[in-house]
This record gives sequence, C-alpha cells and structure tokens, in this order.
Amino acid sequence: MPDLGQFATPVLASYAVSIALLVALIALSLRRSRRVRAQLADVEARKERRDV
Amino acid sequence: MSIWEYANPKKFIATTTPLTPWVLGVAIACLVVGLSWGFFYTPDDFRQGSTVKIIYLHVPAALMAINAWFMMLVASLIWLVRRHHVSALAARAAAPIGIVMTLIALITGALWGQPMWGTWWAWDPRLTSFLILFLFYLGYIALWEAIEDSDTAADLTSVLCIVGSVFAVLSRYAVNFWSQGLHQGTSVPVATGERTISDVFFVPLLICMVGFGLLFLALVLMRTATEIRLRRMRALEVRMRS
Repeated sequence: MPDLGQFATPVLASYAVSIALLVALIALSLRRSRRVRAQLADVEARKERRDV
Repeated sequence: MSIWEYANPKKFIATTTPLTPWVLGVAIACLVVGLSWGFFYTPDDFRQGSTVKIIYLHVPAALMAINAWFMMLVASLIWLVRRHHVSALAARAAAPIGIVMTLIALITGALWGQPMWGTWWAWDPRLTSFLILFLFYLGYIALWEAIEDSDTAADLTSVLCIVGSVFAVLSRYAVNFWSQGLHQGTSVPVATGERTISDVFFVPLLICMVGFGLLFLALVLMRTATEIRLRRMRALEVRMRS
C-alpha cells in the first residue's frame, strides 16, 4: 500500500466509488443480457410449439 | 462489404456476440494494469501530492462521458436520416454507460477539488457544463422510458441528443472559451501533441484511457444486442397475442 499521506481519504474514496460504479455497471449489463436472452429463447420456443 | 450491413439486427448480433467477451476481457485487463500501476507504482506529484492518483479515474471517465454523448449523437443522426433501428437502440444502450462515466468524473472531480482548490464544487465553466451534461443524460434516459412507441421515443431522444451536444462540446472546450474558473486546461492536448504531463504519469493514464474506451465499446455492444433481443421478444409476443 503506498503512503498517501494527508490525502488518503479523497484518493481511496475516489477509487472505491469509481470501482464500485464500474463493477455495478458491468454486473447489471451482464445480468440483463442473460435474462433477456433466456426470456427470448422461452418466447421463441413457445411460438414454435404454437406454430407446429 | 458495407458498414450498413451491420444495421441488420441479425447480422449485428451474429458479429458482436462472439466479439464482446474478448473486448470486455481486454478492457478489464487494461483497467486492472493501468489502475494498479497508477495507484501503486507512480510517485506523488510535487505540487498535488498523492491526489495525482485520482487522474487515472477522473480523466478517462470524463473523456468517455463526452465521447459517449458524441457516439449517441452519431447514432441518433443515423436514425433520423436512415431510420436504422439498430442505431437508435445503440444510442439508447450507450446512455446508462455515459451517465455512469459522468458521475465518476463529477465525484472524483469533487474529491480531487476539495484538497486542491479548498472546495468540493465551484460554478466553474467546465464543472457546470459537466453537471448540465449529467442532467441531459438523465433526461435522455427518462424520455426513452416515458414514451411507449419506440419509433417516437427514438425520434424525440435523437432531437434531445442533438441539443445536448452543445453541452458536450462546451464541457470539452469550456476551459478554452472562458479563462476564468478553477479547472485547468487539458494536460494531453490531442491536436498539438504537446503534453504537460510526465511519462511517469502518462503511460498508466494512457492504459486507463484505452481500458475505459474498450469497456465502453464492450458494454455498448452487449447492451445494444440486449435491446435488439428485447425488441424482437416484444414483437413476437404481440404477434402471438393476435
């Protein structure tokens, strides 16, 4: 851990907030992508069953 | 082969789906290397002390906040002129990423400003135009959510995007337009190439900028594909109901 001196709080807070926001953005995007893919597969399967 | 082939949703998904995990992987690798390098292995600045380490988050985030809006502007213009749905959906997909980048730039700017300027916030030209850009992002996302008909929503949000571009330009060049204000000019002027930042800080900063850029690209591709699938799902549901 580097010695951040008197500015430890703003530096660490900047990294903590930014990394949390980036991780949340990636996680939410991935979760939504997977959920919509599964939902679309389900609707397509239902449509196929109905069309047969 | 023409770029407009990718305006076909099927072609877009077929091309971007295998590509996205790789772009995301490289983006995360760049961010881990750039941020670790900047945080652990760069010296303190002679004037700003250890707060200089905030540059590795603040500058790339601010850069992407503005560039995301420009990408949305280009996509919106393509929608208005050529009516390609993928471009409207790409603009919609980019907005939440842009707002997060703007938020990171504003928060890290305040955290950096307090010890350096003695204040969290000042009505400085660049800070103010960035706050307005943040409000434009909020308005853009809200407008998409508020209108049920997707073509009407795409039309209106495209117009809003064109109006907001004025503030995206202002937030980049505000320091040059008005000499007053606390925010310094850019340390990495692209036009002249005359850097006012040492290589010790610049190399990890460059890696972080590449990382933020690739992260934006990966997320836009992923979120656009999601919007296309969502649109297809709704269309199928309507067809099945009728």
